[in-house]
Amino acid sequence: MSDIHLNSDIQFKQKAPLKQRKTGSERWRRIKRNKLLYLMILPGALFFITFKYVPMYGLVIAFQDYKPYKGISGSEWVGFEHFNTLFSDPQFWQIFANTLILFGLNILFFFPIPIILALMLNEVRHSLYKRTIQTLVYIPHFMSWVIIVSISFVMLTLDGGLINDLIVWMGFEKINFLLSQEWFRPMYVLQVIWREAGWGTIIYLAAIASIDPQLYEAARMDGASRLRQIWHITLPSIRNVIILLLILKIGDILELGFEHVYLLLNPVNKEIAEIFDTFVYTAALKNGQFSYGTAVGFFKSFVGLIMVMAANKLAKKFGDEGLY
Amino acid sequence: MVEDKKLGSRLFHITNYTLLGFIGLITILPFIHIIAGSFTTTAELARKPFVLIPTDWSLDAYRFVFSTDTIFRGLANSIGITFFGTMFSMFISCLMAYGLSRRDLDGRNVIMFFVVFTMLFSGGMIPTFLVVKELGLIDSYLALIIPYTINAFNMIILKSFFQNLPEGLEESAKIDGCTDFGIFFRIVLPLSMPVLATISLFYAVTYWNTYLPAILYLNDSDKWPVQVILRQIVVLATGLNVDDSGFEDSAPPSQAVKMAVIVIATLPVLLVYPFLQKHFAKGAFVGSIKG
Repeated sequence: MSDIHLNSDIQFKQKAPLKQRKTGSERWRRIKRNKLLYLMILPGALFFITFKYVPMYGLVIAFQDYKPYKGISGSEWVGFEHFNTLFSDPQFWQIFANTLILFGLNILFFFPIPIILALMLNEVRHSLYKRTIQTLVYIPHFMSWVIIVSISFVMLTLDGGLINDLIVWMGFEKINFLLSQEWFRPMYVLQVIWREAGWGTIIYLAAIASIDPQLYEAARMDGASRLRQIWHITLPSIRNVIILLLILKIGDILELGFEHVYLLLNPVNKEIAEIFDTFVYTAALKNGQFSYGTAVGFFKSFVGLIMVMAANKLAKKFGDEGLY
Repeated sequence: MVEDKKLGSRLFHITNYTLLGFIGLITILPFIHIIAGSFTTTAELARKPFVLIPTDWSLDAYRFVFSTDTIFRGLANSIGITFFGTMFSMFISCLMAYGLSRRDLDGRNVIMFFVVFTMLFSGGMIPTFLVVKELGLIDSYLALIIPYTINAFNMIILKSFFQNLPEGLEESAKIDGCTDFGIFFRIVLPLSMPVLATISLFYAVTYWNTYLPAILYLNDSDKWPVQVILRQIVVLATGLNVDDSGFEDSAPPSQAVKMAVIVIATLPVLLVYPFLQKHFAKGAFVGSIKG
């Protein structure tokens, strides 16, 4: 994108002395000639303005005492009052901690799995076997969180759930997975792994496919075993992709998935399961605290944006092109 | 030495194949268990919990599920939302993607920046909710479609695909007196069938799986898509022992009934999955994401 931009700039500068007076009208003529193209962009542009940019303006209610019947223009301005309340609210810090812990578990237990899976798939020589396994592990990605959580609940429930029946069969006590605090986090991470591990391999497999086969040939000549080839050729070759994805993930730190957590949430695990999104939903739509909820949401989006920009800077430092 | 290496390599492959087979199996075993369980009697489920192939076939669970029209209505709602939503999203996304794919368009970098920025920062749930409310879309099916018309990521994939089509085609069509609309409909779209199929299916799966928009914007339970109903029947009843399922029977739904509802909500995605898989497995679009 930026390359193209640069090129046209250079061309423009070179031509400038010759047609200095014409350029303005030339551009105008080009715009007029392309008016149908602008017409084609218009509906999409209206969508982005209405449902993406107007809500960004709507964030101002975080600084108001917003009342639905008064609207944004009629509501009273309160400055940073909601943010002050927020930062002195112990519940807010609890939610912040919950979010960070879930994120940390995600990086620790989920992130490496697609890499390992992709490496394993890459070693399979029979393409039919490989494709079958791929077909199977991609399936859960296309299921909604409602379905993933429903299946888990049916299997984990106390009365008649498969897992608890197996536990009893092995001679242990039943475990109330669904109404417990300590099982919430493992359950969350396992569900993320089940749904996304397979799909996550796609980008790594694409990266592995672009490695020069001559490298492996040379390694084989030198007598390197398969494991050594993976360690010394495959992994270093996809290092940049791994770093880029890790950084993108860090930029996504607060996006843990409203639907997923909301579906798992219940009064028993609320203390450790509540995250920013679920808090915003309950505050605003159940309790009518629009401004307070928006302040929490604003904080989340803002931290997210900073993290993305920092992560992008880091990516560039590692020699990658970055996101933008 | 040579023998050793051969043995090591064989061991490596055997372990790898076995492990992968095991991973593939545990990924889909829950689905098989749920499908099998939905076709058995509650008695068999209680007797041997780990059902993979039912011995005691029964359609009782389905008969019970379809005894009220809750599920029928949910399915009808979901099918309607998915069909019209996908058509609308594809139309608007393709138009915008084509416009932005043309290199001679002034201001296209600026527009692209504003599109990409929405992927990094958003107004969030409440301000968006207020916009939807201001537009009078609460309790309308349109609330599940219009605010989700374009997925920026999908649109960018379309744009990169259109951009990589040979430019000569468009130029020769222009010389023949074709307008931009003509080029788009008669040349660009017919050449883009694989990517159109992939992105349509992505949109369709998203609309079929829609949940958050429904609980945000629809109070009228007659309009609920099947995902919301699934949550009422399975998640609430199982996780909290709260019965909110809407069945006249006051007892919480049995395991087999919950399984049947899950199967009904899952089936359409499983049916389109082979088509979906055929396209993305080629990896044709993965490389074009960074455009």
